Amino acid sequence: HDAPGLRRSGRGGRHVVSWRPGRAPTSSGLVAAGRMLPIGWLGRARMGGWLRRAPGSLRGLRHLALGSPAPIGRGYRPPHTDLTVTAEEHVDEERYYQLYPGHIPTSPLQKALLSAGAAFMALYNPYRHDMVAVLGETTGTSALQSLRDKMRHDPEGYQILQERPRIRLSTLDVTGLRGLPDGTFGREYVRFLDSNRVSPDTRMPVKFVDDEELAYVIQRYREVHDLMHTLLGMPTNMLGEIVVKWFEAVQTGLPMCILGAVFGPVRLNARKLQILTTELIPWAVRSGLNASCVLNFYYENRWEQTVESLREEIGILHPPTI
Amino acid sequence: SAKFTPLPKMAASIGAVVCRALHSRRHGKFLSIGRGLFSGARCLVAEGETHFGFQTVSETEKGEKVYHVFESVAKKYDIMNDSMSLGIHRLWKDILLHQMNPYPGTQLLDVAGGTGDIAFRFINYVRSQWEHQIRQKLKSHQNLSWQEISKSYQEEELKLPGGSQVVVCDINKEMLKVGKQKAQHLGYSEGLSWVVGNAEELPFNDSKFDVYTIAFGIRNVTHIDQALQEAYRVLKPGGRFLCLEFSQVNNPLFSRLYDLYSFQVIPVLGEIIAGDWKSYQYLVESIRHFPAQEEFKAMIEDAGFLKVEYRNLTSGIVAIHSGFKL
Repeated sequence: HDAPGLRRSGRGGRHVVSWRPGRAPTSSGLVAAGRMLPIGWLGRARMGGWLRRAPGSLRGLRHLALGSPAPIGRGYRPPHTDLTVTAEEHVDEERYYQLYPGHIPTSPLQKALLSAGAAFMALYNPYRHDMVAVLGETTGTSALQSLRDKMRHDPEGYQILQERPRIRLSTLDVTGLRGLPDGTFGREYVRFLDSNRVSPDTRMPVKFVDDEELAYVIQRYREVHDLMHTLLGMPTNMLGEIVVKWFEAVQTGLPMCILGAVFGPVRLNARKLQILTTELIPWAVRSGLNASCVLNFYYENRWEQTVESLREEIGILHPPTI
Repeated sequence: SAKFTPLPKMAASIGAVVCRALHSRRHGKFLSIGRGLFSGARCLVAEGETHFGFQTVSETEKGEKVYHVFESVAKKYDIMNDSMSLGIHRLWKDILLHQMNPYPGTQLLDVAGGTGDIAFRFINYVRSQWEHQIRQKLKSHQNLSWQEISKSYQEEELKLPGGSQVVVCDINKEMLKVGKQKAQHLGYSEGLSWVVGNAEELPFNDSKFDVYTIAFGIRNVTHIDQALQEAYRVLKPGGRFLCLEFSQVNNPLFSRLYDLYSFQVIPVLGEIIAGDWKSYQYLVESIRHFPAQEEFKAMIEDAGFLKVEYRNLTSGIVAIHSGFKL
């Protein structure tokens, strides 16, 4: 059973995947909610996953591009928990390293190619929002880790990591929010969704992040993006998006935000560029520096709070009138 | 079944043997094992099951999954082909046509011809052959009057030369839709028809076509032997079967580079250009599962074709298999 060739019980089927949003936390302090696989396995998965995709690649190239290979001579010894995971259902070659639904394990070379290609495609065709998302995922590992640490050290952020709330139309009570008085966060958010004709369900699912907690962090960041529009008072046109990107770049440090903030204005005309540089960007940067981490607020509990008081609590300065 | 792994051949064989022991209660099809890494990936599929890339799925499931793959890639199919093969796929298809060498009047059936690449090339080839023939005729008939010459031009102008006909058959409606749009855009209309059909059960009578081609399609078919038998059925006696398909690379060094490129770069290109990683992951995996040149040649011979030959292109990345119904 431990024969190297039989490391995976490789038959077709669906891997019973880990990340279930909104599940109650386990008793241990770690965010193990939904993560059924031990860290050691995860570490090896990260190392060894792509090797299965690159058979017979040149050893030197493999070292450079694919990360240090697991020593082949020793073969693989599946840890005990593997048996419980794979026992009930057959595991695919493909999906063996799937850490959450929609996860696609990638090697460092693939990540580098994806980042370069996604950056190019996003600039070439600004309607490719999925490319922006991919760029964020492939380049954001260290920024996501620092974000996650910020969340862990804050009580509300920690609660979010435990409970894993998702903002979706199915979970939002839109009519209830619409009934709230004007000026409240919930009412303004729904107004934003209606007037810009956007929906919280259009966020791309995470694919290329190789850690399921970080995958949640980036998913939360994407879902909070619309809320940021509301709090900053920015519409979803190009100008508004750039301002929000500057704010997020300062707040999160994600390379994708920084690139978007720096290269986004390339497509604007001179007048908008002037407004941007003289008023909006300085305000966004100051707000970003002044505000505490925006991911540390449980927005779902704050629909009745007024926008003004929420802004003050977070530390966002009053938006200039465009 | 033992999955494809980068472990040495012996380990793969051991794994395969252990697999067989586990599966012994099901009498699985046992494909040849001793051929190296990829063979390890291809062994031991139980009955009623087949490969979808590196996954094992039931046979009905495979058909559906393949349909969905091509439905989602249809619009970007041609762009992706160009970027993945760096445009070389055009050369491959041109070589296929040269090998076919059709004369005006040939009836071609292009199965899995979706976006019409082979069909359009066929029409171009036949037209240029026809023009060549006319030029030859004119050279030998220098004493024809001008009225007679212009009359001969007018007669043949509208119809496809010599009554050649190409039927493009594909199981996937999206691919055919893209093909029809392309035909309209490029101005091909005569002698071209588009039919929805399954390669395993073609909606044509026996002995109807002179040439049957299937380019980059047969590896997606669930039962390749059935597709080959159908090909035999619809061909006229003297008809030719031509298959252009990805195959096994014979040079070991080049093979490693090719694998690196396939598995590292192609899904990334799929994600960036078409927004679809999984379909292109399926593509590169399905190439690994397809039988090698000799084995496929044996399968074609089993279907009844004679004088079966193959020709490697680009050192084995693709191969053209050819057989005759005699």
